[in-house]
Amino acid sequence: MKRQDLPTIRNAQATPCARLPTLSGARFRDTVLRAIEGGSRVSALLTLAPDAASPTLLAVLADDLAGHLALVQGRLEPGEAFRAMTPHAPEVHLFERELAESGVRVEGHPHLEPVRASPPAATRFVTLGGDGHEVAVGPVHAGIIEPGHFRFQCLGEDVLQLEIALGYQHRGVERAMVSSPHGDPRRRVHYAETLAGDTTIGHGTAHALVMEALAATPAPPRGQAIRGIGLELERLANHVGDLGALANDVAFLPTASYCGRLRGDFLNLTALVCGSRFGRGLVRPGGVGFDLDAVRRDELLDRLRATRADLRSAIDLLWSASSVLGRFQETGRLTRADADQLGLVGPAARATGAERDVRKDFAFDLYRFVHVPTANWHTGDVFARAYVRQLEIEHALAYVEDQLLTLPAGPTRVAAPLDAPLARDHLAVALVEGWRGELVHLAVTDADGRLARYKVVDPSFHNWQGLAHALRDQAISDFPLCNKSFNLSYAGHDL
Amino acid sequence: MFRILQARLQQGHRTMRYPDGPPPPLPDRFRGRLLMDRARCPDTCRACADACPTTALTFPTPTSPRLDLGRCLFCTDCVAACPTEALGHLRDPQLAARDREALIVDPTVPADRLEVAHAALSAELQRVFGRSLKLRQVSAGGCNACESDLNVLSTVGWDIGRFGIQFVASPRHADGLVLTGPIPDHMALAVQKTWAAIPGPKIAIAVGACAISGGPYAGHPEVHDGLPGFPTTGDVHTNDDASPLDEGHARGTGGASAIPIALHIPGCPPHPLTILDGFLRLLGRLPAR
Ligand code: SF4
Ligand code: SF4
Repeated sequence: MKRQDLPTIRNAQATPCARLPTLSGARFRDTVLRAIEGGSRVSALLTLAPDAASPTLLAVLADDLAGHLALVQGRLEPGEAFRAMTPHAPEVHLFERELAESGVRVEGHPHLEPVRASPPAATRFVTLGGDGHEVAVGPVHAGIIEPGHFRFQCLGEDVLQLEIALGYQHRGVERAMVSSPHGDPRRRVHYAETLAGDTTIGHGTAHALVMEALAATPAPPRGQAIRGIGLELERLANHVGDLGALANDVAFLPTASYCGRLRGDFLNLTALVCGSRFGRGLVRPGGVGFDLDAVRRDELLDRLRATRADLRSAIDLLWSASSVLGRFQETGRLTRADADQLGLVGPAARATGAERDVRKDFAFDLYRFVHVPTANWHTGDVFARAYVRQLEIEHALAYVEDQLLTLPAGPTRVAAPLDAPLARDHLAVALVEGWRGELVHLAVTDADGRLARYKVVDPSFHNWQGLAHALRDQAISDFPLCNKSFNLSYAGHDL
Repeated sequence: MFRILQARLQQGHRTMRYPDGPPPPLPDRFRGRLLMDRARCPDTCRACADACPTTALTFPTPTSPRLDLGRCLFCTDCVAACPTEALGHLRDPQLAARDREALIVDPTVPADRLEVAHAALSAELQRVFGRSLKLRQVSAGGCNACESDLNVLSTVGWDIGRFGIQFVASPRHADGLVLTGPIPDHMALAVQKTWAAIPGPKIAIAVGACAISGGPYAGHPEVHDGLPGFPTTGDVHTNDDASPLDEGHARGTGGASAIPIALHIPGCPPHPLTILDGFLRLLGRLPAR
């Protein structure tokens, strides 16, 4: 199938499943590979009915320039194996492991190890032998951090290869999201909000967009504006926290302690909006759960402006220290080609010069009308990942201020009851630019309008591979700094 | 150097005076324990309980509702479902309790029924840990919100080190385990090993709805519904010296082989002030009220 003939949808849109032609396994593979060659990114690759004798495959291909999502569907014959695309397109490497883990027979994949559903302890790591030695770290780490296992293959101090085995946080979210056999619709928003707790508003918004598309109940403008403000406050809190954590890892304590506190100031701004520092309860399908009255809006503006001054002084200080620059520059470098091949998203991709940003390429909610400039830098190192965050902090501050000053009037939510019927036999996809990058939520309904399949792709799913790659030929002592410069989610990966 | 000093002056002194001074201000929309005004409830209405995602709010009998703070996500779903605005959240951050049973309350009773007085450790454990409590944190399926608000306690504003409380990097250096998350199957062994590696006497603290009851994941076959009843050993037993000082053993929170829990801190996630309040009360550094 030619690329231009593929059925496409816009972000946060639903489409009848019947619109998607079903290709053979081989045609599906060719079509996806050709689209990747043509510059598309794989936003999601999944099987719709994992248990069926002949599994249905679905690929969501993001065309960043055209701003649409192409959908490719294929079906394997009973007993047919899927020939892995990974040798030609490394970005699907983990997606294909996921397919295999859910029961699809995948052939020709270089490394079919567990992703999350099977015990991570079963991973067979690639070892080097010879003069090399192995360093194993985790799942429990030496701080208040989520669990995961890192296996370094080293020659002396140098890391030749890092393999990351996750799945310790697996809580069965995708399974529980669907209606049968056990799913409880009352829990869905809570699953979304706790997929990655530091991305409550991001995942909450992606979930809301998907459900709104299926129920045909778009959020009113004021609701869109308030959740956009929440999304940027979430970005601010996390980016500021990350700059502090990076400073801490190179022992530059002034910025570390100021940013640690300023991160809290942003969390408290979110709490001013909805009572929860992480934005729990703020985003709901159909809009938001809390309104911003005039007094609250003014207080938000005042506190935002006060925080901005302190923040500037803390960040300027970071860049004035040559010891910090010395540690950040040329550490953990990735090239633009690495980022494209591995399918990286978010600030980690933009730090290699990539332009992709869901807010620009697949604008949703009010980002369709008010644009946030895309921040990028070209050096691909820890410095670039920090610097892109600083630029994004500036843009987010301006955006929040702008939105607060031009808040649309009207209702904040069009609430549909939980058991309201969804479009039957439909498929919807929503992309949101969370602070770590592209969040994908995809839902498919059955003939009764109930959720039959729910898929989540957290940006960490792509970017853990970026961290592993950035560690190659680095001193193992640089791992904490590199790790912090990505700051990825374990829960979001493990679902 | 001059710029560093200049910035230092601009940023000022930020460590709060609490508990000697006032606590940090809570947002006006802060969500504490639910309070239900039964006078407003229409007969036979169960809209709130029907909306609850975790069965935290139930009606064991038609006239007497029951609220389990260990299951509650403080999520507003019940408040939003109520047709008569009979439900609201209190703004009191004090929620932690020593006993799991003390978290089960009557939501119509306005007076604080949480038995916070019982949050304090025994005199013997206070003598041992009261001035220095080193904690090993393990996230087992935590979403990173509980973890973040534990981390916050070590920032300059809260500076939990003031109280001799410190999060340490090795269980060997620890006096206790702080657990977050519902304990996925894949983390079960790691939790047991960590507990075993902490030398006795030791305590365990469950932070967040997940760790107390499984939270939003309660009942999932992939998880263990948190710490209550979680066995100290399955395949592992190395250093599990259940000394008589171990809190909870005698209280039988989950059988003799369960990890004993000295403190439960509800929330999803609990506010840092709720966590700090719980810690300080446990150590007898805040008066019982
Ligand atoms: S706040 Fe949420 S979890 Fe708690 S009782 Fe109400 S509905 Fe249930
Ligand atoms: S209790 Fe809530 S905030 Fe804490 S780890 Fe569980 S889901 Fe996250």
